Amino acid sequence: MPDLVPALPEIFLAVMSMALLMVGVFQKEEKAGRSVSYLAIATLVVTIAIVGVVADGRASTFGGAFVTDGFAVYVKGLILIATAAAVLMSREYLEQHGIFRFEFPVLMVLAALGMLMMVSANDLISLYLGIELQSLSLYVIASFQRDTTRSAEAGLKYFVLGALSSGLLLYGISLVYGFSGSTNFDALAQLFQAGESPLGVTVGLVFIIAGLAFKVSAVPFHMWTPDVYEGAPTPVTAFFAVAPKIAAMARFVRVMVGAFGDLGDQWQQVIIFISIASMVLGSFAAINQTNIKRLMAYSSIGHMGYALIGLAVAGGAGNAEARADGVSGILIYLAIYMFMNIGAFACILQMRRNGRMVEGIDDLAGLSKSNPAMAMVLAVFMFSMAGIPPLAGFFGKFYIFLAAIEAELFALAIIGVLASVVGAFYYVRIVKVMYFDAPEESFDGPVSMEMKAVLVVTGVVTLFFFVWPLPIIDGAGLATAALLPG
Amino acid sequence: MTGFPWLSVVTFAPLVGVAFILLIRGEPDVVARNAKGVALWTSLITFVVSLGLWINFDPTASGFQFEEKVVWMPAFDIAYHLGIDGISLFFVILSALLTVLCVGASWESVKDRVKEYMIAFLILETLMIGMFSSLDLILFYVFFEGVLIPMFIIIGVWGGPRRNYAAFKFFLYTLAGSVLMLLAILAMAFQAGTTDITKLLTHDFPISLQPWLWLAFFASFAVKVPMWPVHTWLPDAHVEAPTAGSVILAGVLLKFGGYGFLRFSLPMFPVASADFAPFIYGLSVVAIIYTSLVALAQEDMKKLIAYSSVAHMGFVTLGTFTATIQGIEGAVIQMLSHGVVSAALFLVVGVVYDRMHSRDIATYGGLVNRMPVYALVFMIFMLASVGLPGTSGFVGEFLVLVGAFKANSWVAALAATGVILGAAYMLYLYRRVIFGKLTKEDLKSITDLSPREMAVFAPLVLVVIFMGVYPIPFLDAMHVSVENLIERYETAVAAAEQVRLAAR
Repeated sequence: MPDLVPALPEIFLAVMSMALLMVGVFQKEEKAGRSVSYLAIATLVVTIAIVGVVADGRASTFGGAFVTDGFAVYVKGLILIATAAAVLMSREYLEQHGIFRFEFPVLMVLAALGMLMMVSANDLISLYLGIELQSLSLYVIASFQRDTTRSAEAGLKYFVLGALSSGLLLYGISLVYGFSGSTNFDALAQLFQAGESPLGVTVGLVFIIAGLAFKVSAVPFHMWTPDVYEGAPTPVTAFFAVAPKIAAMARFVRVMVGAFGDLGDQWQQVIIFISIASMVLGSFAAINQTNIKRLMAYSSIGHMGYALIGLAVAGGAGNAEARADGVSGILIYLAIYMFMNIGAFACILQMRRNGRMVEGIDDLAGLSKSNPAMAMVLAVFMFSMAGIPPLAGFFGKFYIFLAAIEAELFALAIIGVLASVVGAFYYVRIVKVMYFDAPEESFDGPVSMEMKAVLVVTGVVTLFFFVWPLPIIDGAGLATAALLPG
Repeated sequence: MTGFPWLSVVTFAPLVGVAFILLIRGEPDVVARNAKGVALWTSLITFVVSLGLWINFDPTASGFQFEEKVVWMPAFDIAYHLGIDGISLFFVILSALLTVLCVGASWESVKDRVKEYMIAFLILETLMIGMFSSLDLILFYVFFEGVLIPMFIIIGVWGGPRRNYAAFKFFLYTLAGSVLMLLAILAMAFQAGTTDITKLLTHDFPISLQPWLWLAFFASFAVKVPMWPVHTWLPDAHVEAPTAGSVILAGVLLKFGGYGFLRFSLPMFPVASADFAPFIYGLSVVAIIYTSLVALAQEDMKKLIAYSSVAHMGFVTLGTFTATIQGIEGAVIQMLSHGVVSAALFLVVGVVYDRMHSRDIATYGGLVNRMPVYALVFMIFMLASVGLPGTSGFVGEFLVLVGAFKANSWVAALAATGVILGAAYMLYLYRRVIFGKLTKEDLKSITDLSPREMAVFAPLVLVVIFMGVYPIPFLDAMHVSVENLIERYETAVAAAEQVRLAAR
């Protein structure tokens, strides 16, 4: 009988998702969505508590296939917060579109379970299981608005391409297993530490990187992102942009650093390439977008490019301090990214005119007159994403570039900052539309209480991060120490 | 240093005003009136406290005064560290003074979104003062870059017809320069293991690294100053910005670059500074002569003053990199003088713009007949800009030229021709606007300065003449700091020379 305590959060989530299904089934249809949704949020919050309580150094179970450590705790916290926020934000939208079924929050919870699994996975097989659990839930909620072609198309596209990437990943895993004889991260790490690096493993590694890059939507595996973001219902897009990205990035880090850390010289250049490509494409391709959801898609591609700088640093052999700073840079970046994106999407979800959602950037025109508070909050998020101090986004980039300079990846850092100037253009353009252009009709009001709460919390964190940055920075430091001991 | 955190008070007092303005509720008129009132009082109090800094400033002490330090982020002991020396003291006061005048100058000309306008200016004031008083690289960068946000909004919301273009150009130009500086800052943090400016000032950066760091800082400061050929954002931004925006832009934001060269480039990378000095001389001389010629051809008053700013800032960069006591003190005085004079000139333009809504020189002519007081005020600042003895402009330009002559007589000679050209375009402007017959119909009812406008100009006139006639208090306060800087610079350059000779 394996020790179940380390996996308690996951077990709790799994049991609760079943229970939530029951609650949904045995209630009247009109009421089920709302009650299940609140219960789902409660479940996620309780899970955060459990994650915190269970955390006690590094513990592995299920024959070493499942591990929990400081790194997992930090990332799980982010994922659960992001998921809870996404569930909270989706209620209003789903009700207005008449698709508020109780399955929706349950699917979100299941997706969160998948993400938690993959963050804790310490074996290529359990990693794959986590990915699939997450992905299948995501495919369904992408096409949740099944009566509209766009949503159905988004779900289908996501599914087909996602399946392809899973295939790549599996193929890579099989190659690695075939040439090294193990799928366990610890066993693999030991093998490579001893100096072994069969060619087959390198080839397999490339496939694994391709599969994982697809999930973080890094260039050149980003093609699905804009279409899926645009087509999926907006609260789903908000969810996609945050929780799965955080989970995928964290898993990317654990796989590369935890299992293949000693093969850094083999994969570092690959990561550098996809990092540069993502930053550049994310900046340039967003310039011409007119749909704000597509814009956010390119923005997230760009942001993942910046986070990947940290991973590239972590791949550098030798300088242990720089590697640690690279990983903690990613973790800080992800936390800040989460707050900014949740907030920005909360604003986008308010873009409703005469009962219909509008998605054009032009529709924001003159928002500073018609709804000054929202315009100010959105402006804060946009300046923050552009990385202008003293907003939180600046500190995210700051720690990433700090690591890059430390690892002497100067070219990467210079390209990164220049891409961020290009990126600033389109973020600032949104501010321009809101503040400089003549007003359009105002959006439907009033803003619901839960949205206000989300906006206030994310806005305050983004605006005042600089006052007391230590909680996130220290947390990331502890998490990194768990992943990279010594 | 223990004691009351006066610098923090000066820096963050405007934010208290912002909080009050945010609390104002009610009818739009009432909100606008109260917002103006709060902004005026806040900025006045800030200014008075900043004057208190000068009174309590000890000009004989070397090093920084009014220091405060609180740990901020653990890595590289990044701290909230404030302090001023004789160089930054005056910039703090200048920022505080100009903000008061900006609020006063916008009293009637801004009618749209008054509350937000005042908030933007007060936030800007905090960032400017914070920039000049921060003693930590990261803190400095945060203030330095943060300025972009309110300034972008000010140009974009309350600006002229091409404000979008101007706001974006301003934003992206400055950002592109600054991000490279950020990388250099990070590299310095690793090299020295600290971001504390007081420690970095005594840290010797490897000679092989200095040129790169110097260039990265140069990219940022050259855009801010602005130096030729990256000055093109300035005329656009000035023309489109509202009057008060131009005042702050010319008066304070341009000084960020000059201040940066003095605070960072020269003392921290002395060897690179010495090596690149001819390069700076070249760019400065081109800026002085070329932009003066461009200014001569302008039809738009604000554009003309904007180009003159580039020329005057050319003197600043020239003086700074001569690394002589006269050159540097001249550069600082020139910056202060330009801060006051160009700000005043934009206000002068703003006065007639508020009445006629045109900046074309051709719209005006013969104003002396209807506006004698205005003509007098304009004349004082015009002459100060030209550098007439007895005004602040003379002191600055003269000292810079002395410094330049010590360094290189050709450079000094070329720069001196800029003074002549400066006189040409300013006098030409003055003649076309003020003198001549008052023939244009719509000018015949134009009114002279109102008491409010006089109140705005009075302190500026006072400062310009005071600095011109009796610059000793200013020079005394900065003398020790400048001497320290030069001493350090010369030791480092001499040491590097030794190393190079030994290697030969």
